[in-house]
Amino acid sequence: MTLATDLMNYALMGAFVIVGLCQIMAMIRVVIGPNTGDRILALDTMVVNAIGLVVLMGLAQGTRIYFEVSLIIAMLGFVSTVAYARFVLRGDIIE
Amino acid sequence: MTYEIVTLYAVTFCLVVGMIFTLVGAIGLLKFNDSMTRLHAPTKVGTVGVGALLLASIIYNGVLGEGAIHELLIMAFLFVTAPISANFIAKVNMHRSNCDAPPELPGDDQWATFDIPAVDRVEELDASTKSEI
Repeated sequence: MTLATDLMNYALMGAFVIVGLCQIMAMIRVVIGPNTGDRILALDTMVVNAIGLVVLMGLAQGTRIYFEVSLIIAMLGFVSTVAYARFVLRGDIIE
Repeated sequence: MTYEIVTLYAVTFCLVVGMIFTLVGAIGLLKFNDSMTRLHAPTKVGTVGVGALLLASIIYNGVLGEGAIHELLIMAFLFVTAPISANFIAKVNMHRSNCDAPPELPGDDQWATFDIPAVDRVEELDASTKSEI
């Protein structure tokens, strides 16, 4: 029991570190660009990583209150990606 | 007792799979050298990466907590929306000429994304004839 609990705690800590690192790597891609498409893609990846971080936080604290947070982040992330891509494509979001 | 241990090992496995795929997606996003190639790497994060983390949460809360599968909603939402946003980003790359142009089609056919809708084409014709007059 203790071994399995320890193992899960280590995996949880490692997952926090790795997903945070991935967030930073996606942020580097947002900064270096070079095209608009790359920036939109990197922002979309950052939203997905943020969902992962929120889910990990819920797992670490043992609560279920973070479920709504991650669902709302997922919806806002999709809408903002489509809005950004549409703005670049058409020069307007709602025509 | 053993069944709790099996649950903890399953959660650990899911977490490890999730973090490996998230890392692979981020490395691909940084290392690939073309816009359209870069589009391919983060799809792993959106499907398997976050999917495995959500699965870990489902297993942990399902066996050791009160048990609910709300996380399946997030997973389904991500799976449904990922292709749509990827399609939009690919269109942005094509329209801003950040990738190789697609091959010419035979006859007067156009690729759908570069095609002008029939309604707008008539308006364009009207405008050109008006300017001629």
